[in-house]
Amino acid sequence: MAAPQPPLLHVKDLNVTFPTKHGPARVVDSLALTVHRGRTLGIVGESGSGKSVTSMAVMGLHTDAEVTGSITLDGRELVGLPERELRRLRGRRMAMIFQDPLSSLHPYYTVGEQIAEHHRVHFGSRRAAARRRAVEMLGEVGIPEPARRAGEYPHQFSGGMRQRVMIAMALACEPELLIADEPTTALDVTVQAQILELIARLQEERGLAVVMITHDLGVVARVAQDVLVMYGGRVAEQAPVDSLFAEPAHPYTRGLLDSLPRLDDGDDQPLRAIPGSPPSLLTPAPGCAFAPRCPRAAAATPADRARCTGTRPELTPSHGHLVACHLSLHTAAHTCGGTR
Amino acid sequence: MTATAEPLLSVRDVTMTFPGKRGRAAPVRAVDGISFEVAAGETLGLVGESGCGKSTTGRMIVRLLEPTAGSITYDGRDISHLRQRELKPLRRDLQMVFQDPHSSLNPRQTVARIIADPLLVQGHSAAEARKRAAELMALVGLIPEHIDRYPHEFSGGQAQRIGIARSLATGPRLIVADEPVSALDVSVQAQIVNLMERLQRELGLAYLFIAHDLSVVKRVCDRVAVMYLGRIVEVGDKERVYTAPAHPYTRALLSAVPLPDPAAERQRERITLLGDPPSPAAPPPGCTFHPRCPKAREICRSEAPRLRIAVPGEARQVACHFPEEP
Repeated sequence: MAAPQPPLLHVKDLNVTFPTKHGPARVVDSLALTVHRGRTLGIVGESGSGKSVTSMAVMGLHTDAEVTGSITLDGRELVGLPERELRRLRGRRMAMIFQDPLSSLHPYYTVGEQIAEHHRVHFGSRRAAARRRAVEMLGEVGIPEPARRAGEYPHQFSGGMRQRVMIAMALACEPELLIADEPTTALDVTVQAQILELIARLQEERGLAVVMITHDLGVVARVAQDVLVMYGGRVAEQAPVDSLFAEPAHPYTRGLLDSLPRLDDGDDQPLRAIPGSPPSLLTPAPGCAFAPRCPRAAAATPADRARCTGTRPELTPSHGHLVACHLSLHTAAHTCGGTR
Repeated sequence: MTATAEPLLSVRDVTMTFPGKRGRAAPVRAVDGISFEVAAGETLGLVGESGCGKSTTGRMIVRLLEPTAGSITYDGRDISHLRQRELKPLRRDLQMVFQDPHSSLNPRQTVARIIADPLLVQGHSAAEARKRAAELMALVGLIPEHIDRYPHEFSGGQAQRIGIARSLATGPRLIVADEPVSALDVSVQAQIVNLMERLQRELGLAYLFIAHDLSVVKRVCDRVAVMYLGRIVEVGDKERVYTAPAHPYTRALLSAVPLPDPAAERQRERITLLGDPPSPAAPPPGCTFHPRCPKAREICRSEAPRLRIAVPGEARQVACHFPEEP
């Protein structure tokens, strides 16, 4: 269970609020998470769930949003840190890769120059040494003929190879934390498998802590040890991966799992879709964000339903999970004999 | 089924070659001599990775593109080279649903206009078309009272329902659906899949369902065709292709899909392919899959395998010199 050493990344009471034409929009609300060295935390959520905004907040990349709460990296508080200090940490101790590598790479510089620049900035190394390091990193992420390819431009690489370049760049300065925001969503499935394997290998070699942000529950099942399910800017449920898939406590988690077409399952029954669509963050509901779509809230007594739509459920421990639900499936299983 | 044994759609040796950019680069053969059939009321899944030619195939079938070789026969009639004017009556029967619901709907038109447009084009009166549009909204699970709203007032899932309603307006028999759920949130995908299945049952539609997501395709299809670099490498009944894939590419593709089951993921044997899919502008000689194929031998480098029956007595066809034994 809990690793003996303190977590590398610890986030508490994180709120991210954007000013909009229609007033402030709280896009991440009272979020908490921890990530340990050598482990992978999967963050799952749909568009607008706040998963990417959370990772940008960790990296200190929100310039126009109000970020409150606490984000500590190896014991050091990041919220409120001046940009100069943050810049020293970004790339050096924590790094991020994105969904679309082409738009994250500079089209005018060779990939070798872009990786080397990182090294020069953080370690003050000389050009030749930084260049050697870049070639070494390209080799390490599985790019054939790294010395030659270092002199090429991003457009000369395929999608999968570009993502390898991004990973090489992210890891060039030996960070301890890697945040991967949908790193394989734009890739074909056979290339996705390669990239996930690469990240897993590098993680093992370097003891990296990884945050894997994805909408794909299959990817989470493959790479994560712990999972955070986000909905409407809040944590719906957090649990170790096996337990989350086997015994989800939040009706949203259950709904997501049930709605998936499965490769390893029969397909004679209609899919159990979740009705409705994800909520708007501009007009947050006073109660649970999932209540309008929740089958359990719909089937509940009027008093329970009023609680779901009127009061925000707090994140509470339940059989090794943390769950924010008034009508948790765990509670049901243990008090009324597990009706589903 | 139709009265005759003829399939509703028959595609024979169809090829699509695009000229190279600015006339200088080499021409790109996006689709290279593919053949398949779709029977009335059935769903054929067309899967493959980006650049394999699956969308180009879909666009040729609804004749947004004209094939450079081969023939497309719809309901017994060769439609490969019909002119715009001759295509108009055909469009009643053959419709398309696109991937991105919002960009495939005109933001300046109301839902009434969007759905009724195909009917107006086909010569129905405005009042008639509007009435039909409201009926179609109800059919696809939208609220008919929202008929005068604009696309931006709808969520992604609802917008895709509008796209489906539009495709149904003229009472088609075949719908080409190009990645109809891949732009949608996971929780909404199932709604659209269920809707398309219900419409198929109620209206007797045939689908050509184009997608890269193998789990979704398995869910909706009767038969499936796997494409790689412009060619069909395997086609057959869904059950056989998914449970006993015969082409090494199909096997690798299936084993690469992450399963939403951590225990299964840990135990699974995965075939990881090396490299990326090659560019259709410079396809490898012989079997186009050979540079990534774990089983490639000498003949694979020089001779392209033809699509043929792999297992006697089975309808499944495979294009491989060394298919997997069942």
